[in-house]
Amino acid sequence: MKKVAIVGYAQHPILENAGALNEVELIMPVVHQLFDELGISQNNIDFTCSGSCDYLQGAAFAFVEGLSAIQTNPPIKESHVEMDAAWAMYESMLKIQMGDADTALIYGFGKSSPGRLDSIISLQMDPYYISPLWPDRVSLAAIQARVLLEKNIITPEQMITAVIEARTNSKNNKNALVTELVDKESYLASEKISSPLNEFDCPPISDGSSAMIIASEEKAYDFTDQPIFIEGIDHRIESSNIGSRDLSKPTGIMASIEQLKLEKTKFDVAELHTQFSHEVPYLQSVLNLSDVPTNLSGGPLVGNVMMCAGLDAIGKTYESLKSNDLTNGLAHASSGPCLQHNMLVHLEKKS
Amino acid sequence: MIQAGVIGVGQTKYDAKRRDVSMGGLVREAIDNAMLAANVEWDAIDAVILGKAPDMFEGVVMPELYLADAIGAVGKPVLRVHTAGSVGGSTGVIAATHVCSGQFKTVLTVTFEKQSESNATWALSPRYPYSPHINAGAGGYFAPFIREYIRRYDAPEHIGWKVAVKDRLNALKNPLAHLHIPGIDEKMVSDTPMLWEPLRYLESCPSSDGACAMVITSKDLVGSRDVAWIKGMAVRSEGTLSAGRDEVNPQAGIDCAKDIYDQAGITNPYKEIDCAEIYVPFSWYEPMWLENLGFCDLGEGWKLTDKDATAIDGEIPFNMSGGVMSSNPIGASGMIRFGEAALQVMGKANDHQVEDAKVAMGHAYGGAAQFFAMWIVSSSLD
Repeated sequence: MKKVAIVGYAQHPILENAGALNEVELIMPVVHQLFDELGISQNNIDFTCSGSCDYLQGAAFAFVEGLSAIQTNPPIKESHVEMDAAWAMYESMLKIQMGDADTALIYGFGKSSPGRLDSIISLQMDPYYISPLWPDRVSLAAIQARVLLEKNIITPEQMITAVIEARTNSKNNKNALVTELVDKESYLASEKISSPLNEFDCPPISDGSSAMIIASEEKAYDFTDQPIFIEGIDHRIESSNIGSRDLSKPTGIMASIEQLKLEKTKFDVAELHTQFSHEVPYLQSVLNLSDVPTNLSGGPLVGNVMMCAGLDAIGKTYESLKSNDLTNGLAHASSGPCLQHNMLVHLEKKS
Repeated sequence: MIQAGVIGVGQTKYDAKRRDVSMGGLVREAIDNAMLAANVEWDAIDAVILGKAPDMFEGVVMPELYLADAIGAVGKPVLRVHTAGSVGGSTGVIAATHVCSGQFKTVLTVTFEKQSESNATWALSPRYPYSPHINAGAGGYFAPFIREYIRRYDAPEHIGWKVAVKDRLNALKNPLAHLHIPGIDEKMVSDTPMLWEPLRYLESCPSSDGACAMVITSKDLVGSRDVAWIKGMAVRSEGTLSAGRDEVNPQAGIDCAKDIYDQAGITNPYKEIDCAEIYVPFSWYEPMWLENLGFCDLGEGWKLTDKDATAIDGEIPFNMSGGVMSSNPIGASGMIRFGEAALQVMGKANDHQVEDAKVAMGHAYGGAAQFFAMWIVSSSLD
C-alpha cells in the first residue's frame, strides 16, 4: 500500500461568533497560510476535498459557496463529503493510494453560531420516530454519560478532571476559544443542563475552519524534511438506533483497534474528538491511553468547530509529533450522536 | 492501478411519491437488487459509500447516520458524498476509488433522493444574507445558458421538443422509469406551458423518489460474474463565477471527458463509444453535452440530435433508459447514468439494450454546470 503523509496543517482561531465572516472568508486564510508555509499554490495540488454541513449554513450547497475560496481556473479534481473534514482527508488518502493524485488539499469549515445546533443535531436521528421528538445534542450525550457512570466505567471525578485539564491545556493552543480556568468548586456549583452534564461538560458553540495538505511518500519530502506518516487509519459506524446499542461497548472502535493492531503500539500522544467530558475517560480506557498525554490542545471542550473538530484532532496530533521528540500519535474523529461513527488514525514520525 | 468492475446494479421503481417505503426502505430496495444481481452476501461488503444531494431535500442531516442500518454499514466504514447534482456520478467514482486504492476488495455504493419529503425548488433557492435572493430552482438557473447556446448556433426550437420525445419514448422500454407517457410527440411537448424560456413543462425532468446501488469489486474477485470493467473515471470542478468562464461549454466538462478518454484509450468518442447515459435534466442539454464531451464540433450538437444520431438505434445512442428527463431522484440520477452504462456493456439492459454495446459512458453534472463526474465502462478489460 502506498504510504501517505501529512505535510501541513493550519487552523483558524476558533470564534464564538464569526459574525459577517462568510465561509470563503473563513477558508481562505487557512488555505493561504498553508500555501505560504510550503511555498506552493493550488497549482501544486492534485486533488481537493472538503467537509461541511449545509444545515449549519442554513442553505443547500455550503460547499459550493466555500469553493469560491479556492482557485478553480483551470478546473480542479475536487470532491466534498457532508461529514467532518477528517473523512475528506480519508477520501484524499484513497485518491493518493490509487495513484490518481500525489498531493491533496483538505479543508473543513463550520459556523454553529447563526443557527440552533441542538435542533440541527436532532435532525440526524430517525426522521420518522426520533427527530420529531427533537432530542437535543446534550441530552443525547447525557444518555451515554449516564450509562457509563452507572456501569462504573467512568467516575464523576474523571469528568471533572477532563474539564479541568482541557481548560489548563487550552494555554497550549493559540486558537482555543475557551481559555478560562475552572476549579472543582465552580464545576460542582454549576447547574445541570441535562443530567449528568453541566455547561463545563459540553463544548462551546464555535465557528471556524481548518486546512491540511497530505502527499504521497515520494512527494512529501519535496514539501518538508519531516512529513508525518499516516501509518494506519480505520473508521466504522454503529447502529443509528441508540436503543439497540450498548452505549458502554464501542464495537466500531474495537473493530478498528483490531484492524490497526493498536494493542501493540505505544503512543506518545493522543488527540480525541471528545465533545463531552465523559467521552474523555471513556475513550482513554477503550484506547488504553491511561498514561498517554491526551488532548494537549484542550480538545473540543475548549473549541469545537463542527465539521472540523475531527480534522483538528488529526492536525493537533501532527503538530505534537512535528514539534516534539515524539514518534507515535493517535488521533480520533467522531460523527453522530453518542460516538456513533469513529475514525482512528495512527500517525508516525519516521526517524 | 488496481482494476475494478461493476458486478451488480440495483434500482428502485422511480415515482413522484414512493409512499410505500421509508427512506431506509427506499435505499434498501436498490441495495437488495444490486446484491442479488452481483450474487454477493453482506460479509463480502468491506465498505459502503452513500451519496445524495442536499440534506434539505429530505430534512435529514448527514443521513448516513440514520441510514447506517438500512444500508448495511453497521460495523463497517461508510462515507457520505455530496457534490451537488453530480453526486450520483462522483459517488460511483469514489466507491471505485476505494477498491482501486487497494484498501478494499468489494464495496457497496448507494445513492438516493426522496424528493417527496420536501420541495426541491425551495431547497435549491437559498436566501443568503449577503446576496440577492434568486428563487430560481435548477430550470431557472440553466435557462439562460440554454438561450445562449441557441443564440450562438442558431438552433431551431424543435430540437428541445425532439429530445423530450426521444427520451420519453425510451422510457416506455424501461419499466422502472418514473414518466411513462404513451403517444408523446413534439406537438404534445410544444403545447405544454412555458416554464423557463425556452423550456416547456415536458422539456423538464420530473421530481422523483428513488435509489440506485452498485457493487464494485476488484479484478481478482470477479470470478465468472457478468462485469462492466471501469476503464476510466474522473471528476472536475470549476467555480460558480469567474471571469472568462463559459457556462454553455464548461472547461471542467471538457477536461473531465478528455481525462476518461485518455485513461480508456479513446481518441474518437463518436466512433468508439457505443452508447452513453448522459445527465440531461432539461432537453437542450443533449446537444450542449454532445459538443462539450467531444462527440462533435461546437455548433454541431443540435444537428446530430436532429438527424436522430442519439436515438437508441442511432450512431451514438444517448439515454436509452429514458434518462434524467424520465426519472430524477436527484442524488441518484448520476449513479443511474453510471449504472445504466454498466448494464449496457453487461448486456443486461433488457428492452432498452443497445445491440452489441461494448463500450459505454456514464456522465453526471451539477451545481451551476460546474461539477462533473464521468466514467467509461467496457465489456472487456483489454
